[in-house]
Parts: sequence; structure tokens; C-alpha cells
Amino acid sequence: MTEPRGVWLYAVAGQVDAAALTGLAGVGGGAVRAVAAGGLTAVAGDVELEEYSEAALRRNLEDMDWLAATARAHHQVIDALARQGPLVPMRLATVYRSFASVIATITARAGDFRQTLDRLGTRKEWGVKAYMADEPAPAAAPGAGPAAGAGTAYLMRRREQLSANQSRRREAAASARTVHGELSRHAAEARCHPPQAPQLSGERAVMVLNAAYLLDEGRATEFAEAVTVLAGRHPSIRLELTGPWPAYSFVGASAEGPGRSAAPASTEN
Amino acid sequence: MTGTELARHEADPAGPVGDTERVALVDLLDRVLAGGVVLTGDVTLAIADVELVTVSLRALVMSASALAAPPRPDSRDAGARR
Repeated sequence: MTEPRGVWLYAVAGQVDAAALTGLAGVGGGAVRAVAAGGLTAVAGDVELEEYSEAALRRNLEDMDWLAATARAHHQVIDALARQGPLVPMRLATVYRSFASVIATITARAGDFRQTLDRLGTRKEWGVKAYMADEPAPAAAPGAGPAAGAGTAYLMRRREQLSANQSRRREAAASARTVHGELSRHAAEARCHPPQAPQLSGERAVMVLNAAYLLDEGRATEFAEAVTVLAGRHPSIRLELTGPWPAYSFVGASAEGPGRSAAPASTEN
Repeated sequence: MTGTELARHEADPAGPVGDTERVALVDLLDRVLAGGVVLTGDVTLAIADVELVTVSLRALVMSASALAAPPRPDSRDAGARR
């Protein structure tokens, strides 16, 4: 009574220490295996197609709890392996019908994978997010103004607030661009993700930068210090550093070299 | 003390192993839905392998952002591509 099985691909690496895989629970709770493919190693595991076929995935990916659990399981395997050595992570939900087709696919692309592995080496990804800093306390208490008509005073206050808000936004966006430029100089490559949706992040402040930086081994401390210095220099924004991450953001088409870093998304709607 | 609000979300790089559970889901989704190698579809290593149980990754990312909507007028692709 075998269920139809699929093969979930996590990552491709040069060599994988089999010991790193023992005890790892993959997506759907299954075991994770290392499979030789074209001189490389595919890290993959069985999944039930009932849950991971195309149709099922389309349905399940709409389910936030499912998506969260699956993303964490995918990441847990990749993160554990990334601590052992260079790897190329796959995007979530790369599912094959058989190990044979995984091997064939990777073998056919072995040159590309090797090139990517060489480029990444021991580099790791770090994330920096910037939010508009919290609004400063109002300078004057309401009602403290001179005796213009109440309606006029209200409109004037309102106009001032709007214009102050706009200039705070502009300043935050400019700071974010400066910070991104500075941080990119510490990185081998840099990339901006779109700003995160507040509904997902739970963060109410406006996000003005959501960047990833690929750092050479040993440069993380210097980078974190640079972030701290820049945070002190740019009070209009609040910075958050995350990492180290496996190099998820630097294996796709959008990864860019230092001189061509995408500018942070504008927030001036 | 700089008076800044710099937050560190994971262990020091030289320190003990980071805790996967503490990775914020939203940061993770940025990476596993928009990063990683795409072995099918329309991006980097796109190949026409009919064996692949196709997952339209564009649709996939859309579904994730649909969860998160409302759309912001200028944000969808502004930073990610050029």
C-alpha cells in the first residue's frame, strides 16, 4: 500500500558528511539522504505526493501554518548542512517524481552548480532591515497655538503634521540608501528584497530597506560593527541585523555584484 | 552605548550554533520563496524536465504575497530585480 512518493530537494553540495544528516527530520518528518549526482551531492528526502504534488502544493501553500512548518523544515536541513560547508540551497517546494530524475537534473547542470559553489565558497548571507524610526513626540501640546479660529488652527496643525511626516519618510529613505551603499562595500555581493508586509512581520513601522549581503568568512564582526555605527549616524531609521543565513539570496538570477547593487525600494508613494 | 536600536536576531557568528526556531518566519519566507535555486520555471537554472512535479514558483511567490497583501504600489519588484 505504498503511497505515491515524491522527492523533495533541499540543496546541492560538493561533499556531504553523512553524519550531518543522521537524525535530521526533513519536510513532512521524513529522513534526509545524500545522493551522488554528477560528482556532486544532492540532499533530498521522500515526501508523500498526496501532500506535495503540484495540486496539493498549490492548496497547501495558501495555508499559512503549513507554509510556516514547511519553510522551517526546509531551512532546518539546509542550515544544518550549511554549517558543514558550501552548498547551493534550492527554492522551497522543488519536488521530483524520483531520485533518478533528481540525479539526472543535477548531473545535467553540474557545471553551473560547481560554478556557484566556487563563487559562494565559505561566504554567508546576512540580512539588514531598516524601518522608519518611531515618530518623535509632538513639539507643542495641542491647543497651545495662538488664537486663530479653531478650525483654521486644526487645519494648520494637520498640514504641518503631514509635511513633517513626508519629510521624515524622505529622510528615512535617503538614510536607507546611504546605509545600503555603505554596507555593500563590506560585501562580496548585495541584494534587496521587497519590503516585508506588516501583516507577516507584525512590524508597524514602515520598512525602508530589506537587504541581504554576502560576506566573506571572517568579516561578520566588522560588518556588525558597521551596522552599529551606521545606526548611530542615521537616527531617522532603525536597523535590524539577522544571520548568518545560508546564501539563499545569492544563488538566483537576481544576485548582483557590489557595483550594481539594486537601490532600496522607494517608500515615497 | 550609541542609543541605537540595533537588534541582533541570532547567535554571534563565532558563538554557538544559532537556533533555527528563532529565525523570524517573515525573514525566512523572503529567502525560501524568493531565493534558492529554481530548477524549473522561468529563472536561472530553468530546465524543461517533464519529470519535475511542476511548481509554478511565480504563482508560489504570488500566493505568499497574497497572504500578505495589500499590494504596495511601488514595492513588488522595485528592490528585487533590475
